Parts: sequence; structure tokens; C-alpha cells
Amino acid sequence: MLFFSYFKDLVGREVTVELKNDLAIRGTLHSVDQYLNIKLENTRVVDQDKYPHMLSVRNCFIRGSVVRYVQLPPDGVDIDLLHDATRREARGG
Amino acid sequence: MSWASLEDIFLSTSLASYLDKKLLVLLRDGRKLLGILRSFDQFANAVLEGACERVIVGDLYCDIPLGLYVIRGENVVLIGELDLEREELPPHMTRVSAADIRRAQKAERDATDLKGSMRKRMEFLDLD
Repeated sequence: MLFFSYFKDLVGREVTVELKNDLAIRGTLHSVDQYLNIKLENTRVVDQDKYPHMLSVRNCFIRGSVVRYVQLPPDGVDIDLLHDATRREARGG
Repeated sequence: MSWASLEDIFLSTSLASYLDKKLLVLLRDGRKLLGILRSFDQFANAVLEGACERVIVGDLYCDIPLGLYVIRGENVVLIGELDLEREELPPHMTRVSAADIRRAQKAERDATDLKGSMRKRMEFLDLD
């Protein structure tokens, strides 16, 4: 639940999602769910020429199971808050 | 007054807003399916009506009609909403027949296999 809560706080921020098939998509985080499925808006593919089929896609749903990385803006993390939440979760679990 | 969608009530990433829309579905095996979303569930299983597979080889492409498809969610990578006001593909791409695209696919596969086998034969040289 920790990362679900963390991503919920990031809704509205610009992120780049790198998938396991190496496709990287930049967009605004619209929503996330318990499976860490991601919905992005205003998307642009990072290497557009390599993925011509993605040209007209502006919004997409990404299945959580295929995500490799979610790249965040440097000020997107309050590291201390995340540390505290992680310690709390570790203690409780 | 507008009806609240499921997204407003639960903060869930629901595919409900994609219903009855023409979508691009990327599968784990690299296939690209296009079709109208008619149904989905919590596993991202999906039903696409009027589905076709868009096969792209270099600058050539072909849409192969498939009909009504049920996709198992574990194979889904991405579901993208196609912006109808934009071109789906870059203008330099050429549409060809299914036979031609299959030929092009085979040629690409053979070239990759050849590259792979040549690399294997060169491995004994221990260059890197």
C-alpha cells in the first residue's frame, strides 16, 4: 500500500514510465491503483521514430506488471517522508 | 449535471473511460491490436470488437482484420486511446497487402537470424 499511497500523491506530476519491453513514455500521471496500474495523459513516446504506431496515442493505461521504472522529477520525492513511511510499514508488517 | 464516472468515486485506474473507444493494445509478444473496447475486468482482460492487427515492418504496414477478440490481461502491456484528430502513423509509411507484409516479416526475421548466426560463428575470435 505504501507505493500506492506514494503514487497517489504524485498524481498531476510529469513522469516517464519505462516498460519491460524498453518502451519509455513521458506523460502526466492521471491515476494509479492498487496493482500500480498507471494511467498517463498527454503522452509522448521517448524514441518516437522507433515506435510509429504510438504516434496518435495521447492517453494510455499501462498494466502495472509491465513497468520497469517510473522516472520522477527530482523534487518529486520528499525523501524524509518516504523514509518515515517505510519504517512505519516495516515495523507494522 | 453529469454522471460521476467510476474514476471520480474510487481513485482507481479504470478502463471504463475507454469503453466504446477505438484503442491500440500492445501485447507482450510485440503485437499491436486495434479495436473498440467493449468489455474489461480487474485483470485487464479485454474484449475488442472489430479488432485488427497492425503489422509494421520498416516503413511498410498492413492492418489484418481479426474480428471479435478476447484478450487475456496478462498479455497486455499498454492500452492507448487513439486521438482521432491526429494521424495514426507517420506519413512516410506505406500500406501494403497482407501477403507483402508477411513476406517483409519473413525477410526481417531471416536477416535477424543470419546476424545472430554470424555473431555466434565469430564468438571464437573473443574480440570483446
